[in-house]
Amino acid sequence: MACRVFQYAQRKIEERSIVPRMAGCILPAVLLPGLADAAYNINFPDPVTPIARETLHIHNEFMLVITVLFVVVFAIMIYSMIRHRKSIGHQPASFTGPNSKLQWLWALIPFAILLFIDFILMGIPAVNAIIEMEDTKTRADMVLKVTGMQWKWQYEYPEAGVKYISTLATPREQINNAEAKGEHYLLEVDNPVVLPVGKKVRILLTSTDVIHTWWVPQFGVKRDAIPGFLRETWVKIEKPGIYRGQCAELCGKDHGFMPVVVHAVPEPEYLAWLEEKKAEAKAASGGADRTWSSEELLAKGQDVYGKQCAACHQPNGLGLPPAFPALSGSPVVNGPLLDKDGKIIKDSHVDRVLNGKAGTAMQAFRNTLSDVELAAVITYERNSFGNHRGDMIQPAQIKSLR
Amino acid sequence: MSATTTLPVERHHESHPGGLVRWLTTTNHKDIGTMYLTFSLIMFFIGGLMILAVRAELFQPGLQLMKPEFFNQLIGVHALVMIFAALMPAATGFANWMIPLMIGAPDMALPRLNNWGFWLLPPAAFLLTLPFTLALFGVGDGAIATGWTFYAPLSVQGGMGVDFAILAVHILGISSIMGSINIIVTIFNMRAPGMTMMKLPLFAWGWLITAFLLIATLPVLAGAVTMLLTDRHFGTHFFDAGGGGDPILFQHLFWFFGHPEVYILLLPVWGLIPHVLSTFSRKPTYGYKAQVYSFIAIGLLSVIVWAHHFFTAGLPVPALIYFMFSTMAISLPLAVLFFCWIATMWRGAMTFETPMLFAIGFIVLFGIAGLTGLILADVAADAQYHHSYFVVAHFHYALFAGGIMGVMTGVYYWLPKWTGHMYNERLGKLHFWLTVVSFNLTFIPQFFLGLAGMPRRIPDYALQFSEFNAISTVGAFILGLSQLIFAWNVWACIRGGSKATARVWEGSEGLEWELSSPPPHHSWEVQPQVR
Repeated sequence: MACRVFQYAQRKIEERSIVPRMAGCILPAVLLPGLADAAYNINFPDPVTPIARETLHIHNEFMLVITVLFVVVFAIMIYSMIRHRKSIGHQPASFTGPNSKLQWLWALIPFAILLFIDFILMGIPAVNAIIEMEDTKTRADMVLKVTGMQWKWQYEYPEAGVKYISTLATPREQINNAEAKGEHYLLEVDNPVVLPVGKKVRILLTSTDVIHTWWVPQFGVKRDAIPGFLRETWVKIEKPGIYRGQCAELCGKDHGFMPVVVHAVPEPEYLAWLEEKKAEAKAASGGADRTWSSEELLAKGQDVYGKQCAACHQPNGLGLPPAFPALSGSPVVNGPLLDKDGKIIKDSHVDRVLNGKAGTAMQAFRNTLSDVELAAVITYERNSFGNHRGDMIQPAQIKSLR
Repeated sequence: MSATTTLPVERHHESHPGGLVRWLTTTNHKDIGTMYLTFSLIMFFIGGLMILAVRAELFQPGLQLMKPEFFNQLIGVHALVMIFAALMPAATGFANWMIPLMIGAPDMALPRLNNWGFWLLPPAAFLLTLPFTLALFGVGDGAIATGWTFYAPLSVQGGMGVDFAILAVHILGISSIMGSINIIVTIFNMRAPGMTMMKLPLFAWGWLITAFLLIATLPVLAGAVTMLLTDRHFGTHFFDAGGGGDPILFQHLFWFFGHPEVYILLLPVWGLIPHVLSTFSRKPTYGYKAQVYSFIAIGLLSVIVWAHHFFTAGLPVPALIYFMFSTMAISLPLAVLFFCWIATMWRGAMTFETPMLFAIGFIVLFGIAGLTGLILADVAADAQYHHSYFVVAHFHYALFAGGIMGVMTGVYYWLPKWTGHMYNERLGKLHFWLTVVSFNLTFIPQFFLGLAGMPRRIPDYALQFSEFNAISTVGAFILGLSQLIFAWNVWACIRGGSKATARVWEGSEGLEWELSSPPPHHSWEVQPQVR
């Protein structure tokens, strides 16, 4: 960079006098990597994937390069500030540019150095890293589909047919300072992603509403989830453990409250977990065919409401108008359930829950909730918060409406 | 023009109205410059108050002061206010005041357009912040809550604050384009005889490139936000995949404006810094031509690097590599500027008055912005920095240390010329040291927060980020309070103080220093001859 300053520096600087003065330079220490301290972590967290290790390596190398540039350039400037001041009687020179072949040579050498740093020293490893990062398909062992939605993540294992939603587990009381905060405050979820270690996992990302970004710092992976498009990335976790991250793209009011938690486990454990999930899903879908009592639906509905709806419509159903309307006394909720042929009425309560409302944060839940969950939460909403419709909808009805 | 004919003309023009009408109707470049600068200072404090509320919320984990919805509004409006209503008007204020003085012109070329350009700003600022007030009365849900970037589809989903912001941006854009046209026309047509383009002061050169960039890129932003408006209200699907649109299209359009915008904010400062360095080093500017060519090169490069703002959006590999290398290429002309700045100081006879201190602080801290920008350009490492506090720290080194401190350099440097009084040097130095120390106290911890994995724009955070956030908040409050010294110093200098000479500084060179301090109502009645 401004190593071009050497051209003048070489005339005046006695190498020895510059060194102690570097101590006066603001900040170089601050940019130095590796001064990590337990309470004040100043570098990337421990990498656990090849990409993260590569990224950390590149980061450390660059930090070193820019720290050297910073120190050299500003050491020269500070030297000049000390030696070329009026108060010690320094007489100003009057040059306005390089005026000999030698000076031009000195001006060009630093440019060669900067070109070398930009395009060779930093550029070549970067190109290799990009190609490696974007190679999601070669020898991928499995696929994980991640769907961002306001404000939770849905994880799907397409080969196994397992799909579930992962939401923040930190209680609201901790966020509102009514309770002491737990160790993993804001970085804990009800259903973490489980992935096998040592396997290349191709991750497909999309979103149902706005742009979200899936980020786990220890994986060195950060990729946007874009509604209507698939994006991809990959991880190969080398060490079993629990890894935590967050949504990184502003996605609305609860952007800060949609963490990512990944449990990396040995493959047998992963397979056992997958079987368990499959059995769970089967049990849940089996429930769709029997007739549920209203007590069962209300109890289940309250649970679903708390996890899926309360963030916007609030636990008391009063919402946060105008962005998030109240359900209590809502004409939509208190409208008729279905038409006389048992079909969905446009813009009715069932329509809203199943298909969402375009242009708002109200998403279509038909793909994210099961028949039982949908029936339960609709029934619950129609009979809570001062709404007394007294009707209910059965999971089997939802199934036939799909 | 002989003395006998100028006298009556002067009298005629001196009889301008007094009070508020004077300011509403003025076409005088100095009056308009003063209004721009005053407006900028007021908006700087308003934007600052917003971010202090944010930093107060982030002092500790947990939600203490505000709901996340309001938090999101504050961060977005803070950025829009600081960029469009504080930094850009400050630069335009400088241009209005100084370009006619520097190039030997009596006034700006298009004085009425100039007046209109300014008076569009207050309504725009009002529109931008009005939704906060409306929300207090239960109308709407507050200001734009998408961050300043308006990313679709979040902005399609947002409340009426987004519409207010879109209209405000349109008005601000019209104002900036008019200002830019005026500056280009003035520089091209009103230079004193003998002042060739390669004798044009660097400040005017920096502004000339800024003006071209504004005219080239603001229409793209205007188009993008108009498409957003029609997506919101008229059923189009530019950014909705469901209708064949693409949310990433918005990011391309936004950043086609957004990246040059960084240089739009910085080029006037880069133009002004050599004047200050040369004055206080008592030595001519080093590498005038090299700096001019670098300005032009940076202006051209700035419009072909936009996609580095969304490397994580999933661009194809060739695009990633292209945008990485084109971004890195900006380091070359920028290095020329740093080199010329330091070479201007080299072997001078330096004194360290407040403007010089700010200029040096600018060079060092903006150096950090440049160097961290170089590593952000690296796609591989960017995956980790992106959307994190590392980026927040980086662009505050660019826009606070580079932009705002650059503006303060200019204010201290030219204030005696504008007012005819010297400011209080001790208060100026105190302001400088408090600003530099508290600025670093605020933003150095944010680099570490980003590396440790704290995403930006979150109202609450995990416990491992507590210490650095607390330090950052303390720094921010000291930084905010220190600016009151600045406001007081400027006010006191307008009201009185020891008389400033025409030349003001011992080492000052250029036409602007040949007029009295303050300059006469019509700057150069008779154009000077430049040799």
